[in-house]
Amino acid sequence: MNKDQALLAYVARLGDNALILGQRMVEVVAAYPELEEELANANFALDYIGQARMFYTYAGELEGKGRGEDDFAFLREENEFQNYLLIEQPNGHFGDSITKLVLFDAFYLLLLEALTNCSDQRVAEIAARAEKEIRYHLRHNTQWLVRLGDGTEESHARVRASVDNLWQYTGELFVADAIDQIFADAFAGPDLDAIHAAWRSQLKSIFDAANLAMPADDWMASGGKQGRHTEHLGYLIAEMQYLQRAYPGASW
Amino acid sequence: MSDKEWPLYEVFIRSKSGLSHRHAGSIHAADDQMALDAARDTYTRRQEGVSIWVVRSSEIVASDPADTAAFFEPAEDKIYRHPTFYEMPEGVENL
Repeated sequence: MNKDQALLAYVARLGDNALILGQRMVEVVAAYPELEEELANANFALDYIGQARMFYTYAGELEGKGRGEDDFAFLREENEFQNYLLIEQPNGHFGDSITKLVLFDAFYLLLLEALTNCSDQRVAEIAARAEKEIRYHLRHNTQWLVRLGDGTEESHARVRASVDNLWQYTGELFVADAIDQIFADAFAGPDLDAIHAAWRSQLKSIFDAANLAMPADDWMASGGKQGRHTEHLGYLIAEMQYLQRAYPGASW
Repeated sequence: MSDKEWPLYEVFIRSKSGLSHRHAGSIHAADDQMALDAARDTYTRRQEGVSIWVVRSSEIVASDPADTAAFFEPAEDKIYRHPTFYEMPEGVENL
């Protein structure tokens, strides 16, 4: 794989992560427990989808085959999406959603910070814009994790179960594959080991405030980055792509 | 599931530096930090502001509509309290 191919794959992955998480969050629009949180969730989902559009548009330009953002989002198969397993997991209850978002946002913010210093100008620009959005997401969702973890006996027990369940999907965030490696070398991309250490220490302080124990790094699931997904992604893709598949090229 | 409603907060937004905060609406939140976040997410989505105040609605001391006559009507015929007899200096904004 040469560095141009790695850049394309890397940018498309960033788009995949933003799109799939955004779509997941859209699923609970109009089904949130409080009106104010409902708005926050919808805002956040649209932030992610906005980021996906920027990454996909750039990926289409890099590829140079005339594909645009919609082609990446709506006309690829499940195994062509290379998002992390963590973010395709179902929303579950409110504590599950918040836990997933804290685990991911803490990582994603560190990744975006690193990307603002990469040598590909376009990626650095998109990252700089996304970083501000995610900084707020993390702040907001962290407050919720602390409230739930340090809340009632029931909220604590439920959110602890959420952490225990989701932890197995955090491993692949930090395992560099060939695409990560080439991007890091050729474009001064993120150092995932350094990000892992920073993520751990940041999560430790969040978990301390939330009265939650850091789980042990046991067996970790992986494969999302290579397009091997859990059974949950197919349903998400089917719903997201239904309209474009049923009515190709539809617009309104 | 609790059937308790979260306390009501009033939200004040300053639309740009130099102007004052204006009442934008209200939101429900369990604590002050949540109130600030909810105000941000509810009332500044379209670049409405650069600064937010939130205050518990129960902390606001309001005048009683029954006092309207005693409170406000005596000002009606005090025209000399209006600074309308002065020339405005040119170039003064936001006055």
